[in-house]
Amino acid sequence: MTRMNALILATCFLSVLGSLMAQSAPTATDHPNKVQKDHPATSGTASRGERVFQQNCSRCHNAPQGFPPQISGTILRHMRVRASLSGADEKALLHFMNP
Amino acid sequence: MIILLASIGWASIHLARAQNLPFISGGGGLITSTNGGNTTYLPIIAPSLVAPLGDHLLVESRASIVDSFFPRGNGQPGYKHDAFLGLSYLQADVIANRNLTLVAGEFLTPFGTYNERLSPIWISNFEDAPLIFSLGTMSTASSVGGMLRGSAFSSDKVDLDYAAYFSVASTNQQFNAERSTGGRASVYLPNARLEAGLSVGRLLQGTRENYIGTHLWWEPAQSNLRLRSEYARGPHAQGYWVEADYRCLRFHGENSMIGRFEPVLRVQQTFRSQPDSEDGLPAADTQKVDFALDYHLPHEVRINTSYSRQLSSTGNRNIWQTGIVYRFLIPTWRGR
Repeated sequence: MTRMNALILATCFLSVLGSLMAQSAPTATDHPNKVQKDHPATSGTASRGERVFQQNCSRCHNAPQGFPPQISGTILRHMRVRASLSGADEKALLHFMNP
Repeated sequence: MIILLASIGWASIHLARAQNLPFISGGGGLITSTNGGNTTYLPIIAPSLVAPLGDHLLVESRASIVDSFFPRGNGQPGYKHDAFLGLSYLQADVIANRNLTLVAGEFLTPFGTYNERLSPIWISNFEDAPLIFSLGTMSTASSVGGMLRGSAFSSDKVDLDYAAYFSVASTNQQFNAERSTGGRASVYLPNARLEAGLSVGRLLQGTRENYIGTHLWWEPAQSNLRLRSEYARGPHAQGYWVEADYRCLRFHGENSMIGRFEPVLRVQQTFRSQPDSEDGLPAADTQKVDFALDYHLPHEVRINTSYSRQLSSTGNRNIWQTGIVYRFLIPTWRGR
């Protein structure tokens, strides 16, 4: 790799990094379905949903910072297949993601 | 394919409820790898389409579009490139009941944990798959046929899940697979946050070969530490990997400058008992240590950096990798 290529790549990399760092992190109001990973559950179903989320989703990947509510059911169905969720776990997780 | 996509669109428009719109997810990014002084650039995008059809059917697919730029070699200046477009899977999932899902089509081979859970670029902590990745996944990592999977039992104290598959041989460029069968069973103990599993596979074409693997995952409670490991054994080689990653959330939360860091350490070893040029493992016994420092930026962007030291009788190597990956998740259209 030539020095010019390395310089161009480093410049692009730092530009992207700088612009992203300059932005604030998304807030809960940015996406209606921000996963409530930082908040204690308040009901029995939500507790189970939170547990299902921690046991089946966050063990492999970080939660998305948010997603539109129109696709929450589809995400759950995908997770049901991929993580072998039971039907009850799928419902609890859907309730957790759509309180 | 056109008929399939049209069916998805028609059915989704008419059947989609408020929360069941199809979506496109996945990751895109730029990865660089410097191995033995040669740097390769890999712009990549890996989109996934997930579309429900009614209450019990789900169609999902993931593709990879990669263009790799690498040195010409032999003392020639400049780079050449290879473009690649391939499907990782294209499957239909029929949710038969609360414990059983039927899968048909091309699907990720359920052996070990890495292939199904950790291989997407927006999930994996390292740009490179483990050295033993090809053991049990039958080289192609995808199978063409059918699979039964689901949760056998689930309670507050224990979860049992399973997957069993049969694959036909296919030489189609987009649906390449070996004739094989196998499966995986796992038990998860929520209180201990411990998962253990057993995988088996049998190649049913050419020389019949058996593969066996185990995995163990553990997340100590309230620690933000994840420990993952796998062992796999084939007819001519075996190996393992152990990975530990720690998300620094305790330092002022996940949105603090320090809390966005995620150091990762992976140790791997492979052992060769007989020569085999097709099993995908190194030709000689190999030890490899990978250290990564990932950084989670806002807006679903992550920077991965890693250094690996590989030790083998065929030569020692240093591998440096950097990457920036963006994860996207969008509905295919606006819902009502």
